[in-house]
Amino acid sequence: MTLLGQFALWVAALVGIWGAAIGYSGRWRGRPALEQSVIRAVYGVFALLVVAAVCLWQGLITHDFNIEYVSSYTSRNLPSYYIISAFWAGQKGSLLFWALVLSLFASLAQWFTPSRHRSLMPHVAAVTLTITVFFLSVMLFAANPFSRLSFTPEDGRGLNPQLQNVGMVMHPPMLYLGYISIGIPFAFAMAALLSRRLDPGWIQAIRKWTLVSWLFLSIGITLGMWWAYVELGWGGYWAWDPVENASLLPWLTMTAFLHSVMIQEKRGMLKRWNFMLIIGSFLLSIFGTFITRSGVISSVHSFTQSSVGYFFLAFLVMAAVLSYTLLYTRWPLLEAEVQLESLASREAAFLFNNLVLIGIAFSVLWGTLFPILSEAVRGTKISVGPPFFNKVNIPLGLLLLLLTGIGPLIAWRKATTANLKRQFIVPVATGVATAVLLFLLGMRDGYVLMALGLAGFVSGTIGQEFTRGVRARRRMYSESFPTAFAHLIARNRRRYGGYIVHAGMVIYFVAFSGMAFKREREATLKPGESVELTSPYGDTYRLTHQGISQYEALNRVVTAAAVEVTRNGRRIGVMSSEKRQHVDSFGRPTFEPSTEVAIKSTPREDLYIVFAGAVSGTEEAVYRFTINPLVMWVWAGAVVLVVGGLLTMWPGSGPTGVPRREQAGYQVQLVGAAGAKDQD
Amino acid sequence: MTTRRAILAGGLTLGLARLLGAQDSLAGRGATGTLRDPGAAGRPRDPSTARDNDPFIYTVEHRIKCQCGCNLDVYTCRTTDFTCQTSPAMHRTVLELQDQGKTEQQIVDAFIAKYGEKALMAPVPKGFNLAGYLVPGFLITLAGIALTAYLMRRGRVAASAAASEPAVPNITPTGAASADELERLRRAMAEDEV
Repeated sequence: MTLLGQFALWVAALVGIWGAAIGYSGRWRGRPALEQSVIRAVYGVFALLVVAAVCLWQGLITHDFNIEYVSSYTSRNLPSYYIISAFWAGQKGSLLFWALVLSLFASLAQWFTPSRHRSLMPHVAAVTLTITVFFLSVMLFAANPFSRLSFTPEDGRGLNPQLQNVGMVMHPPMLYLGYISIGIPFAFAMAALLSRRLDPGWIQAIRKWTLVSWLFLSIGITLGMWWAYVELGWGGYWAWDPVENASLLPWLTMTAFLHSVMIQEKRGMLKRWNFMLIIGSFLLSIFGTFITRSGVISSVHSFTQSSVGYFFLAFLVMAAVLSYTLLYTRWPLLEAEVQLESLASREAAFLFNNLVLIGIAFSVLWGTLFPILSEAVRGTKISVGPPFFNKVNIPLGLLLLLLTGIGPLIAWRKATTANLKRQFIVPVATGVATAVLLFLLGMRDGYVLMALGLAGFVSGTIGQEFTRGVRARRRMYSESFPTAFAHLIARNRRRYGGYIVHAGMVIYFVAFSGMAFKREREATLKPGESVELTSPYGDTYRLTHQGISQYEALNRVVTAAAVEVTRNGRRIGVMSSEKRQHVDSFGRPTFEPSTEVAIKSTPREDLYIVFAGAVSGTEEAVYRFTINPLVMWVWAGAVVLVVGGLLTMWPGSGPTGVPRREQAGYQVQLVGAAGAKDQD
Repeated sequence: MTTRRAILAGGLTLGLARLLGAQDSLAGRGATGTLRDPGAAGRPRDPSTARDNDPFIYTVEHRIKCQCGCNLDVYTCRTTDFTCQTSPAMHRTVLELQDQGKTEQQIVDAFIAKYGEKALMAPVPKGFNLAGYLVPGFLITLAGIALTAYLMRRGRVAASAAASEPAVPNITPTGAASADELERLRRAMAEDEV
């Protein structure tokens, strides 16, 4: 099967090169058979990559340890779902996974794109095939997942214990899906530039793809946070590690694009900027992959250092040069249809929102690369960790939260003073009241007060928008409250879905603030001994060590330390944190013992127990107890954000850009604003 | 300020605890068995002491980076990665330096002297490192000022263009809108709003 897999990779590369060459050459124009050939190359590459993927999965499932990848990441006693997920657990397999999903997305884009955009599709095919061929080249020349060993081990090494977690089954594919799907909007943008079809058609064609990509990135990043929290045992979920930062970068630029594209749709502005954002997002997704796979920056998350990094660096530089050069050549064709009219307008608010999002992306990128820059300039190695990123990014994050609340309150084109007063009074009052109330309740942390005050302000904005909408519907259509609420969202899913996404962001910020009140302590306890820990709310936890037990499970020896927990004298239950010594099917240890955290989650706080180890092989246990306030709300924020995102992209979620702009012009002309049609 | 307060509070707590001979743990039954397979339970641990919960130690160790290559600070690494031998050793050094009466900054300086600037979790904000801290904020502020100036200029241009336009619209009405047309317009506008 490995031979078939290798063969499929080679044929896929050749078919991809053919399709890309014909697609770029433009010789398909007026020759339908050749045009079809380019499109079919996309489907053909996908089919061949499915064959290659099946071959690798077959090797994994049948424990063919002669395949180097299989022996490196699986063992006979590895649970079957981890055997499936081992496909993307290592460098080589994840490259095949990437190419497979990219070719799937490219095929879906060809299949589902409405026929009115057909003229873009051969170029879209050429770009997606180029990216796929790049990944195939990396596999064929530097990281072949089908490479064989000179001998066949009795058993494989097994999967890293930290990857044996449901979060790691889902987090990498979600993040990959986010990274990979950015390639589709990028391909449409390049196709628009190549074909000089620079009308808003390409924007309409990619709307759902950008949302899909943004949603997958959001889910992938949050799942990564969840995995780090439940599996790594350090009691936090975000450490500003270079690989974490690399995943945040395209998310930030995609968020900026999702906002700025609205200005292009509604007002015909920011065309150049939107191209720059899409190209930048794609390049950042490749940059993230480069960081993860090159070893150029040390990270706990990265794959082992390999020559693959050079491939990605070369591709990154070439893609940047070619795509921005192409944009430069089309620059004069991308004039805005109208000009901004006022500082007090939604367009201006969105521009500031873009500025802050790109500013955060820049500061994260700057901080991530600063150690390299410092070494190059001064010859001194430095570290840039959480204290740096928090110092630089917390103020920017708060500014972004402020703009999240301001944007929806300002009218398009130009807001009057009366309009601003009417719009701002409730949200500002809500924000100020929140901050004052918390201050009176004794909260003195400046950043937290600001974050929660701003969260109140944005909540006020969202609440006001929904309340007014529901009231208007009830007045106009005499609907009941629930019906009006449901119809309000259903009639304009894009707008109200967006507000729900904003609500998700508010929940995130509130949850992040909770970590300022983290409490922790270490204790060594003999069976029956207790320690007390007071939560930020003043509750007293009493934690009593019950003892340590050892038992064997499928692929590990488990050492479990049990703690009985009471809060304010009321019994909560018994929590068990573990040390796991993973073994292969012959009982031989495969990795260093890993830690499984015990977590008791409530909406107020998480009690987080880590069994650090036993004293001198006895039942005397060393623990780290942590109380993390509001962590559950991080995951809740993600759920709200995803629900909002799905609503905005649900089919039929509102008219697309061009008709809407024409409609707006028509309305303005009817009410008699002179020359408005020309401007709009 | 917070750090100083935390150190002071930590010092006072530790001092009082030592003075009163307080136990780290509450008294229990204390029967301790032995594990069947101690090797499977990870690296053997020394019992933790009151000093492991000293806020002064927390503060210092959160500023120093573990040199095992993990990207974590010493405190987080020694309480997370129980296979690391480096962070416990660095922790012991911190305790020794504290015993010598060193201040927080003196302890940090001792680590810089030994490992260089990479011993810190964040670069010292001086010299070239200032670029690390200031460049993002500087560029964002500059871009913000430029954007504001541009928008204000555009606002003035748009206002003067509007003022120079004729007061009466140059669209010649072909007749009064019918009730049906007005209703359609009202609905269209309402839908856009609601």
